[in-house]
Amino acid sequence: MPVQSPPAYKPPTTLRLQTALQLLAQSGHMLPADAPQGSLPWLQAVIDGLCTLSSRDVLTGLSNRRQFELAIAREIDRVARAGEPALVLMADIDHFKRVNDTHGHAAGDEVIRAVAQSLQDCVRPMDTVARFGGEEFAIILPNCPPAFGHTVAERIRTKVQRRPVTVAPGIEVAITISIGGAFAPQWVRSSAPLWIERADQQLYRAKAEGRNRACLEQPTVLQVSPEEKGLLFGTSQFQDFE
Amino acid sequence: MTTPNTIAARARITAVTSGKGGVGKTFMAANLAAALTRRGERVLVLDADLGLANLDVVLNLHPKITLHDVFTGKAELEDAILPAPGGFSVLLAGSGLVEYSRLTPEVREQLLSVIDKVAPRFDRILLDTGAGISDVVLYAVSLASEVMVVATPEPTSLTDAYATIKVLAGQQHRRVIKLVVNQVSRLGEGRVIRGQLQQVVDRYVSNGTDTPLKLELLGEVPTDTAVRDAVQRRQLLLETLPGSAAAKAVGAIADKLIA
Repeated sequence: MPVQSPPAYKPPTTLRLQTALQLLAQSGHMLPADAPQGSLPWLQAVIDGLCTLSSRDVLTGLSNRRQFELAIAREIDRVARAGEPALVLMADIDHFKRVNDTHGHAAGDEVIRAVAQSLQDCVRPMDTVARFGGEEFAIILPNCPPAFGHTVAERIRTKVQRRPVTVAPGIEVAITISIGGAFAPQWVRSSAPLWIERADQQLYRAKAEGRNRACLEQPTVLQVSPEEKGLLFGTSQFQDFE
Repeated sequence: MTTPNTIAARARITAVTSGKGGVGKTFMAANLAAALTRRGERVLVLDADLGLANLDVVLNLHPKITLHDVFTGKAELEDAILPAPGGFSVLLAGSGLVEYSRLTPEVREQLLSVIDKVAPRFDRILLDTGAGISDVVLYAVSLASEVMVVATPEPTSLTDAYATIKVLAGQQHRRVIKLVVNQVSRLGEGRVIRGQLQQVVDRYVSNGTDTPLKLELLGEVPTDTAVRDAVQRRQLLLETLPGSAAAKAVGAIADKLIA
């Protein structure tokens, strides 16, 4: 039987693109100059641009909440299948309300932007840094062994602490953050709300213990080591039954 | 994790779990319930395998009302408690519970409130948990005052049983875990397996803690064609072939559980 080729793409005669193009222009998103307007590559570029827009946080340029939900769902799938350790960190700017109340909301925005930049500077390209809401951020760190978790969280915390934010000409504000973290349970399919909740609990702990600190949930060791298996199966007593 | 015994209850709550699936966990829960019923206990089996429930399949029940309906407010708890062939009662999860395979605070509360309501009316509640050590399984086990781990002599089953025991010791600070070895090929194999597991637990789990974990062998069930026959007919082994070696073994486990 001859293989049927898919029907050729026929663009609809009219598309309402005005709002989309305005949004892209406003955000400084460039469309390819070499693709004629209305052509398929041009349309693709419009769609790609809209996707990027809808996955980014306007203020910080970090992943937004929607993108974060996608990323964490993907990570849960990966962890369940591969059993790799993965860490979620929740970070919250300490006494953020004071900044807003003292210096105004524009200063608050500046602080959020600066902290976002610090977070982004501390992680690997594969990590997802997201603005979770208000002055709270979430970071997904795939393939992060438990031994490194605290080091990463501390690195982020000190980075923010060492970078005072200029909120107005001549006015610098010292900023600290509190961080809570939880590892995904290995070879167990967790859920995003539960994982985030566990990290959040550690964040509350960090706040309660005085802020400007990182608290990580002690991960449960679920893996059965070769030594344990050796002892479980290796002795002569058991071999009688093999 | 919730600490065990948080529920003010008359019923003794026993969780039946396994780590690996397909080792006869639901078979054990159903037949043990029948055996306990014969010994005068009022027993409820609660299908806590919310993601992949199959107690109804084992018991050949076609429930119209399940836990799902109770959770969603479509039915009263009373109407979801069904009589099972062995004279005990069951609360079935229902296949509509796939969405509950994830442990949300709502699922936690609903499960807790269901158990709270039924506990005063039974002597024992058997929680038939899902395979693995997912959040839901660990949570269901945390509601029980005692845990029974079902394993077979197969290496993968033993490894998973050990992993489960380790997690329960670590997360829930269990000091005693009961063990049932299913499908043994010769007498005494259960005792040997308990010894093996205990040895690894002593070295890698209890070592350095002041709360050593004791594995208590409840019994072993021999590989028996009667089991396969009963399962295929979707009947209780204790009803169809009470004289079989496996049925007698389940009876002995019930005796030990009551003692």
